[in-house]
Amino acid sequence: MRINLIVNGTESTLEVEPRTTLLDCLREYLGLKGAHAGCEHGVCGACTVLFDGVAVRSCLMFAPQAEGTPITTIEGITPGPGELSPLQDAFCEAHGLQCGYCTPAMILVAHALLAGNPDPTRDDIVDAISGNLCRCTGYAQIVEAIALAADRIRGSNRPSELRS
Amino acid sequence: MKAAPFEYARVANVDEACAMLASDESARVIAGGQTLVPMMVMRLARPTRLIDINRIAELSYIRSDGDAISIGATTRQCRVERDALIAAKLPLLARAISFVGHAATRARGTIGGSLANADPAAELPLIAVTLDAILAYRAGGRTEKIAARDFYIGPMTTNLPSDAVLTSVQFPKWLGKVGVSFCEVNARRSDFAFVAAAAQVELSADGRCNRIVIGIGAATDFPIRLTSAEEQLKDSTLDAVTVKGAVLEALADIAPLSDLHASAEYRRRVAVNLATRAVADARSHAIGKNRHAN
Repeated sequence: MRINLIVNGTESTLEVEPRTTLLDCLREYLGLKGAHAGCEHGVCGACTVLFDGVAVRSCLMFAPQAEGTPITTIEGITPGPGELSPLQDAFCEAHGLQCGYCTPAMILVAHALLAGNPDPTRDDIVDAISGNLCRCTGYAQIVEAIALAADRIRGSNRPSELRS
Repeated sequence: MKAAPFEYARVANVDEACAMLASDESARVIAGGQTLVPMMVMRLARPTRLIDINRIAELSYIRSDGDAISIGATTRQCRVERDALIAAKLPLLARAISFVGHAATRARGTIGGSLANADPAAELPLIAVTLDAILAYRAGGRTEKIAARDFYIGPMTTNLPSDAVLTSVQFPKWLGKVGVSFCEVNARRSDFAFVAAAAQVELSADGRCNRIVIGIGAATDFPIRLTSAEEQLKDSTLDAVTVKGAVLEALADIAPLSDLHASAEYRRRVAVNLATRAVADARSHAIGKNRHAN
């Protein structure tokens, strides 16, 4: 069937089988490989994308269901070509990734968290990433990276002498 | 992990969905899809047609209807989690909702979907049974109602007719000095419960129990009420010894589920402890709230 998807601000018309998951559609039809296929049944969280700004699992949705709703993948998070978002920067600096398989999803989940809660507690951060599995880091540096990014984003609109 | 082929239909209203269900017995309704899609990709479910009710706007609402709070079937779980009316009038549901899956699944998962799916370990059916909720469904052009206690008949099995679409759920509001508690034992945060317990009490001015409901989920094929314990504890002061005795007796004859993760004996033991704790917590909550009000 023919569907219209709006991904990272770009509209595309695609011909898909209804059983194509949004995840497979993003990866195979649009070439956006940042959403990772981990468990493919809603357990690992590696396929997380933002659906109308909210973090959801793209493996738990069929592509026709996404018709007309704005979707953001990790490819749509960077401010410009060759640049990193404050969250991506913080993940590099705080060693919030090792193999990188869970990373795009972790960053998108954190992105959704900080959009609604610019000053999260450690518990808020832990709760936000609790649906995303990481088998390398032990999570501690991921939590640190998100807290670091939150701090920087909060500080970015304040005069430099007031920044903590 | 790819679903078997199916036809996809997005319907504009509930009656259209009912007509499709009536004409094709292998058709299934999809709401949030957070359980149905995994079942389909594992090929445990092979519907020939998916009827998508997500875009029926009139099925998504939370409103006060006299003595009850009504929630539309496709209302997202995340909306219930943040709703001020739910927090004020249905504190037990407000407590339990954060145990339902993860934030990313609550963003898509719906209230009606979880109720109709009837997973023994699911929190929402437990809350519906505990609070004597009434479920409304549409079939053959008529709206019918059924009590949550009569709705569940087995694991993933309900009395919902095969051509029916669940449309809403009504939770009765409680007035007075009300306290609630929800507790759960699971392997990791927001994973499937091994046992869950819910309790809601209303205390009189002198601290006696005017009204109490206690529910246990995940331990048996479908959520149960500890009716005999509720009868015994009414008008008591909910002292620890009486509560424990009443709960032990009420859970003596249940047939707990047993699996790789938790044996039947473990589930019974945990059910007794969680139910006892839930009643004590609900009582403290009722008393604490009153102190704040003063």
